[in-house]
Amino acid sequence: MATHINGSWELGAKMTALVVDDDSINQTIHHRLLEQLGIENQVARNGKEAIDIHCSGKKFDLILMDRDMPIMNGIEATRKLRAMGIRSMIAGVSTRCVKQEIQEFMEAGLDDYQEKPLTSAKIISILRKIHHSGSISY
Amino acid sequence: MYLEDTQVTQRNITYDVNPSFVLMDVDGLRVVVYVYELIDGEGVLDEQFLQLQQLQDESSPNFVSEVVNIYFHESEKLLRNLRGLLLDRDFSDYKKMGIHLIQFMGSSSSIGANRVRNVCVAFRAASEQNNRAGCLRASELLEHEYCYLKNKLHELFQMEQQRVLAAGI
Repeated sequence: MATHINGSWELGAKMTALVVDDDSINQTIHHRLLEQLGIENQVARNGKEAIDIHCSGKKFDLILMDRDMPIMNGIEATRKLRAMGIRSMIAGVSTRCVKQEIQEFMEAGLDDYQEKPLTSAKIISILRKIHHSGSISY
Repeated sequence: MYLEDTQVTQRNITYDVNPSFVLMDVDGLRVVVYVYELIDGEGVLDEQFLQLQQLQDESSPNFVSEVVNIYFHESEKLLRNLRGLLLDRDFSDYKKMGIHLIQFMGSSSSIGANRVRNVCVAFRAASEQNNRAGCLRASELLEHEYCYLKNKLHELFQMEQQRVLAAGI
């Protein structure tokens, strides 16, 4: 559980996240962004890996889901995770900014959408949403 | 990135600087911050590069160069793929081209490679219109911008290395 004190994130029990992205650069940057915020995280290279990780019993507070990936894209992976009963915060991440494309991704079951590139500020805004939904306490 | 004739003029900050990137030199209790302001029109690198630098610290001291090297490796693969598609006389798979370009746009945005990203956007627009001539022109420009970026980043890393050696770190 993460506690927000005076503008920074303090951790009691470690918050966890899954970075789902086929791009090595984004995997590296997003992993490091989360790490610097004190969020334990791992990386899946596509939607199918993300599903397999959840099928193995792992759960995460936050999933950063890329839209365009080989094997299984972010839209399909999000739909499948929701159908599996996964209620984690899923934030879609993509370079696409056409309203219809964002809408399509949101309708798959996202809680939030952020345009790439991700920054600490964007991740913190996602974490605030987790807080407001009651999963984090002050 | 434009550093006048590759020489850097150092002076105390006496006006409001619009920082393009920052290098910090820590020597015990003495900290010197070098603030670089890009003075070219459209920056080769944008503020996202600053974000990368902020992710670099004692626990991850080579983070920026590691990410940039991954970017070089991935970009050259994408450029080869794009070149291969365009050299094919019977080429018609603009959708495949679009996939490569989306990936290139994404990775370029992530490291702050502003001009490369913008060329990818134009290239993608041409591919969506199945405009082969437009794609060929965009491809040449993309190769040029990528080479320019790579050279400038190498210069930056060399300068950083020299600065570290000079400081005796």
